[in-house]
Formats: sequence, structure tokens, C-alpha cells
Amino acid sequence: MFALVQKRRLYFTISAALLLAGIVAMIYSAIAFGSPIRLSIDFTGGALLEVAFDQAISPEELREVLVTAGLDDVSAQTIGGENQVVIRTKEISVAEKEALLDELRTAFGPLTELRYESVGPSIGRETTRSAIYALLAASAAILAFIAFAFRRVPNPLRYGVCAIAKMLHDVLFLLGFASVMGILFGWEIDALVLTAVLTVIGFSLEDVIVVFDRIRENIPRRRGEDFETIVNRSLLETLHRSLTTQLNAIFIMTAVIFFGGATTRNFMVMMLAGMVMGTFSSLFFAVPLLVVWEKDEWGSLFRPLKAAA
Amino acid sequence: MQPRDIRLLVLIAILVAFTIWVALPSNPGIRLGSWERDIRIHQGLDLQGGMQVLLEADLADSESLSSDAMEATAKVVESRVNALGLTEPVVQRVGSDRVLVELPGIADPEAAVETLRETALMEWVDVGSQWLEPGTVVRTDVETAGEEPTVDEDTPIYRTVLTGANLRNASVAFDQTGTGLPIITFELDNEGARIFAEHTSANTGQFLAIVLDKQVISCPRITTTIPDGRGQIEGQFTLEEARSIVLQLRYGALPVPLRILDTRAVGPSLGQDSVQKSIRAGAIGLVTVLLFMLLYYRLPGFLADLALIIYALLNLALYKLVPITLTLPGIAGFLLSVGMAVDANILIFERVREELRAGRTLQYAITAGFSRAWAPILDSGISTWITCLILWLFGNSFGASMVKGFALTLAIGVGVNMFTAVIVTRTFVHTAFVLAGEKLRQIKWLLGV
Repeated sequence: MFALVQKRRLYFTISAALLLAGIVAMIYSAIAFGSPIRLSIDFTGGALLEVAFDQAISPEELREVLVTAGLDDVSAQTIGGENQVVIRTKEISVAEKEALLDELRTAFGPLTELRYESVGPSIGRETTRSAIYALLAASAAILAFIAFAFRRVPNPLRYGVCAIAKMLHDVLFLLGFASVMGILFGWEIDALVLTAVLTVIGFSLEDVIVVFDRIRENIPRRRGEDFETIVNRSLLETLHRSLTTQLNAIFIMTAVIFFGGATTRNFMVMMLAGMVMGTFSSLFFAVPLLVVWEKDEWGSLFRPLKAAA
Repeated sequence: MQPRDIRLLVLIAILVAFTIWVALPSNPGIRLGSWERDIRIHQGLDLQGGMQVLLEADLADSESLSSDAMEATAKVVESRVNALGLTEPVVQRVGSDRVLVELPGIADPEAAVETLRETALMEWVDVGSQWLEPGTVVRTDVETAGEEPTVDEDTPIYRTVLTGANLRNASVAFDQTGTGLPIITFELDNEGARIFAEHTSANTGQFLAIVLDKQVISCPRITTTIPDGRGQIEGQFTLEEARSIVLQLRYGALPVPLRILDTRAVGPSLGQDSVQKSIRAGAIGLVTVLLFMLLYYRLPGFLADLALIIYALLNLALYKLVPITLTLPGIAGFLLSVGMAVDANILIFERVREELRAGRTLQYAITAGFSRAWAPILDSGISTWITCLILWLFGNSFGASMVKGFALTLAIGVGVNMFTAVIVTRTFVHTAFVLAGEKLRQIKWLLGV
């Protein structure tokens, strides 16, 4: 039998390297931009205005016009070509926005208003709070559900805890990924991206559940085998399904990333990254973690390779 | 073929016929006696363009807010919104002190927001013998709840004779005496008419300013006693201004002042663009998945494809029937649920393959495939439902229809999937295998083993 779960040191090293890279990015981002990941106005409060001009404009000129208009803390970014821009600033009212649009019209000619959002700081705080609650609630509910679903195997709680560890692993990875995208491309995390994070968690739990389910099925069938062998067998038996499912999800997401509108693109890229990582961490983090726990090798995990072998 | 499979096949056929009928773009709607229902896709604000505003009661900490007052405020906002003449606006109370307003296809957001929020206070103010120019800001002895316009401390405080509370009706008319300008005619209630009659008879020759939110809009001289409580306001209004004032007068002041917490607007051009791109992206993604399943799993893949098409139709029919307002994240949720729907079939087919490779009979492999795959399908379905529920509750806390739309379509998809991926596919597989017989076991390429 092909030894998969036996190579767990390698997988843990990969996980650790990816998470560490994300943490470094978040520290860098915190120093450079004052926040580990760039949060959108959904969380911080403020206004966003997306405008398409009839002609190409330079961001520098635009910024000048905005500063002259009295917006001091303002950023302007071109997206999808030279004539479409996203302006971010403090919270402004509809009347102030209309006045601003008039000034932009005078400076750059005709324009179309595509999107306008203005979020008060109190709403931003509330959203942040509910996001944290949502994550905690999701963790608790899923832990309880998995512990219940696997109540007939020995140590059911361990399955739930491994699933939660995997969840936190994925969230940390996605935060790191978001931080890197924020540093490189100025991506911001909004409520929708948070949705992506939560969904990916739910979705990639399927991979864990499928493997755990197979372990559950194999334990009474193969009484002679030790736990590690059973897990490895279960992993191999379900690997094909995990990869095929993944491939289908990748088809759909790639189609939306390339052919869908710009509005959901970042959301989908985050989701795709989370999905790929979710499958990896299901098979090569959550499952090996269970083996480590069941075999009680916590101590040897950090010892040099020779000593462990 | 077993009788159960035949019954299921008939049931599926009827269901498919019904969903196709519902999914037809030209569906006329359902009419059963007096019960009617339009069947069409409801597009969210991000698809059709429009504006969403979240308003909150703007009270000092010392003031308490009664549920009745908030209900009344929501009613006033609703009547004002309805007066804007939009198709399907939404006015909804959120939590204890908030009102969420959705204005689809709004042309003038600035005016709309003003109409929503304004607590128009109409006053008839006794200004004595001094004529005041329209536009002058005055101080009166009536307190206002909202913010007070700033005026010099030494301007006199005038006495208010009447307020809009005594107004019964107001409407726009045109001046018949030659100018043809829009004017506002009003009618007072009994008490108002009595006070008005008393005041006008006692103060003939004096000025009576008509003041809206502390700003003089006209300042006529009382020429005669007005006994019946009917009068008119002449000012230099445009027709729009006159209409807006009437609207504010007629629907009254808001019982509770409101402040804007959150505004989101999407232009119609971006919305249309999103619709087209989503349809294209969805179609490309779906076709890729269908092709993959067909090439990879052959005959079972083809049957799963049929089930997947039925799955998509069922979802579409449910969106139209419930109805569910579709948003961009909602479409994303649906597409994601397609991924999960395929997953269920993959689980089953992989299991069938495994059993076939282990040398089992076709019959046994199929039965085992469906029954063993059910546990993980159910487990992962429930865990996705848990996530959806949490997203729904989380989305509710700030009234964001975006997050809720996503959670809703995903949750529906998971539910429909339990039906199509298991019952529909199983019936198809049974039917096909019974028709082909055990010799199908030999045609390995068709089974993809």
C-alpha cells in the first residue's frame, strides 16, 4: 500500500511554511499599512465610489482633483482599464457624493457612476463583531456536529477537534493569503470575502468528513490493522473522489474568475485559494493530525528526523 | 424494473415538466381561483441597479424609543417610498431601531434620500407687521427634534399659530390668476380651521409666514378672515419642489428622526454587465463540468449530467416560485452548490467503481455505491447548512442582503441536491442498468472502470 499518511512530517512542514509566510506578510502589512490585512469600508466605515469616465485619466490628476475638493484621506485606484476608477475616502453623504461627481465631471468630462457605498463607523464595528461571532459560532457548531456524527468511533471528540484545527489552519492561511494580495495588489477584505472564508470552511470540511467517514467504516471491518494503516487505507480509497470533486469546483470557479464580472472576482479567487488549501489541509493536515493524536506522538513530532524513525 | 423505480420515474417526469414550465421566461404566472402568483426572476439591487439605505433612529441617549413610534416611523418612510413610484421598493424594520430601504432603479438618489429622512415641520408663524423674504431662517416657539438651523442669537422668536399636525390634506395646483405657477393648496382639520379663522379675523393686515423646517417659503399678508380652513401657499416653486413639499406635508413628519448609517448604490450599467457576465461564466462552468463528467464516468456520467440539468432547473424554478431575490453572491452560491451536487455523484460512482473492481456484480456495486455514499453526503450537507445558517444570522445583523443571498441559494442547492443526486440519479442508473442487463458489466469502457 502506498504510504501517504506516513509522510506527515513533510505535510506539517509545508503547512508551517505557508502559514509562516502568511504571518510574515501580516506583520509586514501591519507595519507598512497599519493593519495586518486590508479591511474594506464594510469593517472600517468610510465611502467607496466607483466611476467610469468616457476618457482615460491619470490617477495622479484624479487624486489632485479629489484633494482640491476637500477630501484629505483619499485613495484612487484604476481598475479594469484606464477609465474606470475606485475612490475610497471617509464617509460621505449622498449630497456630498453628488457634489464630488459634479467636480469630477468639470475636470474630466462625462462619467458614469457605477457603484457608491457609504458605511458609518458604528456599522463597521458591528460587522467586525458579527464576523468574529460568526467564526466562533461556526467552529462550535461544527465541532459539536462532528463529535455527534462520529460518536460511535473511539474518541469522537478528537475527530471534531482535528476538524476545528484544520478550520483554524485554513482561516489563518486565507488571512495570510489576503494579506499578501493586499500588499501586492491592494485587495481589501469585505463582508463578501468573509463569506467566502466561511463557505470554504464548510465546503472543505466535506473532504475531512469523507475521509473520517471511511475511517469510521474501516475500523470495525479491519480489526487486525493498526490505526495508522487504516487511516492510510481510508485516505487512499477516498483520494480519487477528493481530487475529482476538487477539479469540478475548480472548473466552475475558474470560469467565474475569467468570465464573471469584476465585482465577484476577488471573492472567487479567495474562495479558490481556500478550496485548494482546504483539500490539502483536509487530507494532509487534519487526517495526519488525528493519527498523531491517536498514536500519541506529540513529543516525537518536533524531534530530529532520525530520532523519530 | 421494480415498481418503485417506475413510480419514481413518472414522478421525476412530472416534476421536470413542471419545472420547465416554471423556468420558461414567458411563464404567465399561476392563477388558481382567486390565488395568483407572478412567476419571474426577482433581481437584487446589484443586478438591476438601485440603492439601499439603512436608517437608524437618531435620539439622544436620554430618550427612549417605543416600538410603536418606530413602527409608525417605518410606515411613514414606506408611504414616502411608495410615493416615489418605483417598482418593488422594500421597506423593512431591522432590529429595534432601524429601517432598511431598498430603492430599485432610482434615478435621483440625492432627492430620494432627502425625501426619506426629512422630518418636515410646517408652521404658520405670526411675524407681525414685518414682511419676511422667502428663504429667511427664523426661530419659533416650537421645538424640533432634529438639528436646528444656526441663526443669530438676537433674532426674535416668533409665535407659531399652527403646525402641520393640524393639516388634513395638501396638493399641488396651478395659479389661476395668470402666472400659471405651481401653488400648494391645503386643508386644515376642524381644530386647525377654528384656530386659523380666529387668527385671521384678529390679525387682518398682518403677515402670516409659512415656514417649512424653520425656513420661510412664503409670507402672505392676511387680507380677509379664512373661516373654512382652506388656503393656498404661493411661492417661487418649481413643480418638483411643490410636489416634494406636498409629499412631506401629506405624509407628515417622522415620529422619530432618522440618520443614515449605510448607503449602497449600484448603477444600472454595472448591474446589466454583471448579469451578462454571470450568465456567461455560469454557462461555461456548467458545460465544463457536464463534459468532464461525461468523459470521465461515461454512462453513469451521462446519467449524472441529466440529473445535474434537472438540478439546475429545479433551483431556477424554486427561485422563481418562492420567490428568491437573486444577487451576484446568490448566483455564486448557486454555482458553488453545483460543485457540491456533482460531488455527491462522484462519491457514489467512485464507490461503484471500487466495488466493481473488487469483482462484485453490477447490482451489488450499485446498491452498495448509493447506500454507502449516503452517510458522507448527509454529513457534509448538514455541515454546509450549519455554515449557511450562521452566514444568514451574521448577514442579518447589518441587513446586508448580499451575504444572505449567498447563504440562501447555497442552502437551497444543498437541499435540492439531496433529492437529485441521490433519488434522481439512482432511478436513472437503475433504469439504464435494468434495460441493458448484466451484460453491461462486460462493456468496461462504458462504465469507466
